[in-house]
Amino acid sequence: MQGALSQQLADVWARLDLVMDPELDEPVTDMGFIEAVSVAGPTTRRNISTVEIAFRLPTYWCSPNFAFLMAEGIKREVESLPWVGQAIVTLQDHMAAEEMNKVINTGGQFSDVFAELMPGENLDALREKFDQKAFQRRQEVVIKALIWKGYLTQDIVKLTLADLSLIRFEDAEETRQRGRYAALLTSKKLARRANDLAFPTYQGQPIGDFQTYMGLLRSVRINMEFSGSLCRGLKQSRYLEADLSGDVPLLVDYTPPLTSDHACR
Amino acid sequence: MFITPEGKEIFVVDGHTHFWDGSPENQKNIHGKQFIDCFYAYHTGLSPKENLWEKSKFEKYSADDLYNDLFIDGPDDIAILNSTYLSDFYKNGFNNIERNMSVAKKFPNRFIVNGAFDPRDGNKALEYIHFMKETYNITGVKMYTAEWNGDSKGWRLNDPAAYKCFELCDKLGIKNIHVHKGPTIIPLNKDAFDVHDVDYAATDFQNLNWIIEHCGLPRLDDFCWIATQETNVYAGLAVALPFIHSRPRYFAEVIAELLFWIGPEKILFGSDYAIWTPKWLVEKLWAFQIPEDISSAIGGVQLTDEIKEKILGLNAARLYNIDVAGRKAEFAKHPMMIAAE
Repeated sequence: MQGALSQQLADVWARLDLVMDPELDEPVTDMGFIEAVSVAGPTTRRNISTVEIAFRLPTYWCSPNFAFLMAEGIKREVESLPWVGQAIVTLQDHMAAEEMNKVINTGGQFSDVFAELMPGENLDALREKFDQKAFQRRQEVVIKALIWKGYLTQDIVKLTLADLSLIRFEDAEETRQRGRYAALLTSKKLARRANDLAFPTYQGQPIGDFQTYMGLLRSVRINMEFSGSLCRGLKQSRYLEADLSGDVPLLVDYTPPLTSDHACR
Repeated sequence: MFITPEGKEIFVVDGHTHFWDGSPENQKNIHGKQFIDCFYAYHTGLSPKENLWEKSKFEKYSADDLYNDLFIDGPDDIAILNSTYLSDFYKNGFNNIERNMSVAKKFPNRFIVNGAFDPRDGNKALEYIHFMKETYNITGVKMYTAEWNGDSKGWRLNDPAAYKCFELCDKLGIKNIHVHKGPTIIPLNKDAFDVHDVDYAATDFQNLNWIIEHCGLPRLDDFCWIATQETNVYAGLAVALPFIHSRPRYFAEVIAELLFWIGPEKILFGSDYAIWTPKWLVEKLWAFQIPEDISSAIGGVQLTDEIKEKILGLNAARLYNIDVAGRKAEFAKHPMMIAAE
């Protein structure tokens, strides 16, 4: 029984790894946003268990847009597990929490709530905007890795998917981003065949002036990194108070209360 | 005054400082608590360890703390104190103009106090602008476009009601319009910190100087695009500069973009006191160089001593008609009073 439960939890965490913070393009799990996961119900039958997931963002003020996209992603990914009947997603300590939680967990449509909370904004357009940013950010990492390896810019713009797949990266982060970049190339249908260009623009065109294009990728990254650094700092500080009693100030962590069937990672 | 390691005197105008009261006694509701908690997280997230404050001091510090941290322990010569009301969150406002004026009166010649207004108040906003000019002779204001006001969760600089206010500012000689366009602190229904409204307002009010605090981050590219085209749009470095400690390469990329696009004449130092204190910021900025690989990727821009001197004080002095030579001489004749006395 215990083994089955830990397998269930592992399955849930694996799905949660696939949910990105849209603004940062990093998994919500790595960002430490997931506060608690619990499972009720057996695994033996399909579509029967209920999974509760609580998540929390770096600030009370984090954009409801992002909270929304993440809550939606969490629910979708967890409910894709064959044994899960329902995922109950709870956003904690957020200005929009009450409204959002109610709708998410009573079967309301995200698009309806979104329209109500954010008049004039379109959920699909927002998602598309973040897909583009993620693509550009991952692409820049891979291109810069190639430049670092000594590739010339005129060769990089002509590389094919097959060429790219043969290149070895020593750095773990470069390897990780190459994999994530390739996944987006496929899912966005920007390059599928072996002789397709490995570095198209998000509009599916070959890169024009290389320096100008890299300037664009750089500014996308600068904006994303700003939010990312602040977010990490705020997440770290949110439930901490500076302890100035010793010579070196230490930060004392806040531990959320746990019940026996909750698992925190 | 900042004295460089070579002994050169650098005149420092701190373009963005606060004298707030975020204490529990002044908080009106949970939003007031969350707001100051968020500021405190910025403080702990980006300050060097030795510059961390206790929470209670951060919530409410004294006029003497302010004076000491800016002018005695810190290198500031002149500080611009911006007013922020946040009346929906704080009983007496977060830092209203009266509170700011009290400290300016206590320590004369050191502070320039800017007012604030909310265009959504309609005629009352216009009356308040008259009041601030007549009573306090303000020359600048601070705008917070994401401030809550009843059901409204934000406004734009090019709203018709805002234009009426800016017309009046122009007429009364309130020339310097500081605008918070930076990280999201206040909840948004729409993106009230988006920078595009600056483009309209700056074009339509050429006589006014638009100082964009936090240079639009995380929308730096949009900001640079606008500030390059509009000669009267300036970048306030608050929030961008503290990255110089924890992520110096990141700061290098931001300052390189600013220097390349908008140039060294339109960038203003600001500590954002009390989120950060100016001493370490100025010391680190003076010692800073843009790494070669970052510089060469963007036109070879350099952060020379001459440019640093402009950013630290000369650019703001120009906007606020501060007579740098005159003030230097005056401050030399009258050494600092000790704040505690």
